[in-house]
Amino acid sequence: MKLLTCPLNGQRNISEFTYGGEYHPMPDPNSTDSRKWAEHVFFHDNAAGVVTEWWCHTASSFWFLAERNTITDQIIRTFEASEIFNQRIDFAENQQ
Amino acid sequence: MPFGLLKYGLSNEYPAQHHFTPATELKKHYDVIIIGAGGHGTAIAYNLAKYHGITNVAVLEKSYLGGGNTARNTAVIRSNYLTEEGVRFYRESVKLYNNLSNEFNYNVMMENRGQLTLAHSDAAIRSFRWRAEVNQHMGVRSELVDRQTIADLVPNLNMSEDSRFPIMAGLWHADGATARHDAVAWGYAKGACERGAELHQLTEVEDIEIDKGRVTAVKTNRGRVECGAVVQAVAGASSVVAKKAGIPLPIHCYPLQAMVTQPYKPILTPHVSSPHVHVYVHQTSRGEFVIGGGSDPYPLYHTRATLDQRESLSAAAMELFPFLAQARMLRQWAGTTDMTPDYSPIMGLSPVENYYLDAGWGTWGFKATPICGVTMAELVATKKVPEIIKPFALERFYNFEQINEAGATAASH
Repeated sequence: MKLLTCPLNGQRNISEFTYGGEYHPMPDPNSTDSRKWAEHVFFHDNAAGVVTEWWCHTASSFWFLAERNTITDQIIRTFEASEIFNQRIDFAENQQ
Repeated sequence: MPFGLLKYGLSNEYPAQHHFTPATELKKHYDVIIIGAGGHGTAIAYNLAKYHGITNVAVLEKSYLGGGNTARNTAVIRSNYLTEEGVRFYRESVKLYNNLSNEFNYNVMMENRGQLTLAHSDAAIRSFRWRAEVNQHMGVRSELVDRQTIADLVPNLNMSEDSRFPIMAGLWHADGATARHDAVAWGYAKGACERGAELHQLTEVEDIEIDKGRVTAVKTNRGRVECGAVVQAVAGASSVVAKKAGIPLPIHCYPLQAMVTQPYKPILTPHVSSPHVHVYVHQTSRGEFVIGGGSDPYPLYHTRATLDQRESLSAAAMELFPFLAQARMLRQWAGTTDMTPDYSPIMGLSPVENYYLDAGWGTWGFKATPICGVTMAELVATKKVPEIIKPFALERFYNFEQINEAGATAASH
């Protein structure tokens, strides 16, 4: 059994979690053309090495981030999204 | 010759037949460098040499011939896809496979056993009907079959209506086949080397030199080599190699696991696949049952086998063939699959002028090997993209013109 440490629920079997894709910052919707959007949506780093990625504890729907080595399958650390997303994003303001 | 065989049998040395002479030194310059000596890489070299007269070619392989995903796939050949683009492409590949032993004068052990995909829900039956219509329209033998026909085709299949997911119907694909996967790479490599191409094993490409949008040379662990063009055919490492040329790809690498049982007497002729219970099973000509189709739930560049997958593959295989509960496993392994968002390959031109892509082969690479060799060689030789692979260009992701084959792949994702 492979274990993953959820920042909210502690150490759990990895089968309780859902992989949520690479973490990469979203481009500014106001200044992005369709080519850039395609890159953001489809083209990912797919690095062989340490990557930062989204995971979700399925049972509690808690999303968080993990640093994982994609060659050795070692999970280096897991942390709450608030470590990166520490400022409020006002989407309503962007639409104007 | 019977006397030759007798002489061979009485000999103390058992002289091995060499398929090709291993190349020794790397030359300073090649017209074409192919990265990766799997089925695809060697097929491209073969076609370049035989049909386009381009023989100053080096196939560079970081490990050994056919030792990557060519050795790790489950050797399924079929063309019953869903999109017109996909069916047309794989149909040509199956045709080429049927003549491959003659083409090589070397036995690739092609066996036309047919392939049966099972439906356990109304939704699956609807999609099978759709696939059968598209397939027939494109000249591929594919039809929706009822429970009685399935029971006749596969007498050992669990047709019970009390099982967890009872079998409701099937998609029968008479063109489905299997072949010896190693022999495909060996046959292509032999034919390419006989015509002058060079195979360099244990030669890893470490960097790719680009000048004014053109590849000029590759740096390997055995030195720098100049080149006129480069083709990358490195399933499982496409993102890593393309990155050296500065090309981002829409690929994620997932391990796909499979396993094989001890040998049994021949009791299963067709290849049986169930997308619903996530497994496909066929019996090899050696008698072993190959059980495949378990993708890991997250990306990884590691080919370890896991207990989780062994458990789920066994459970699914036993649901279809209850007698497999007694079977002992001989091996379990994984291959790194380059999964694209639309489950179609990425072939053709790249943003670098003389750098060609043969990537994104996910779980559908082996069955496409011969057509890949033909079309990629034509592209390199003529610099024109063959019509049949135009839809698979990398550019389709920028234009939102994906070829969605997600529903027609056998593996679970």
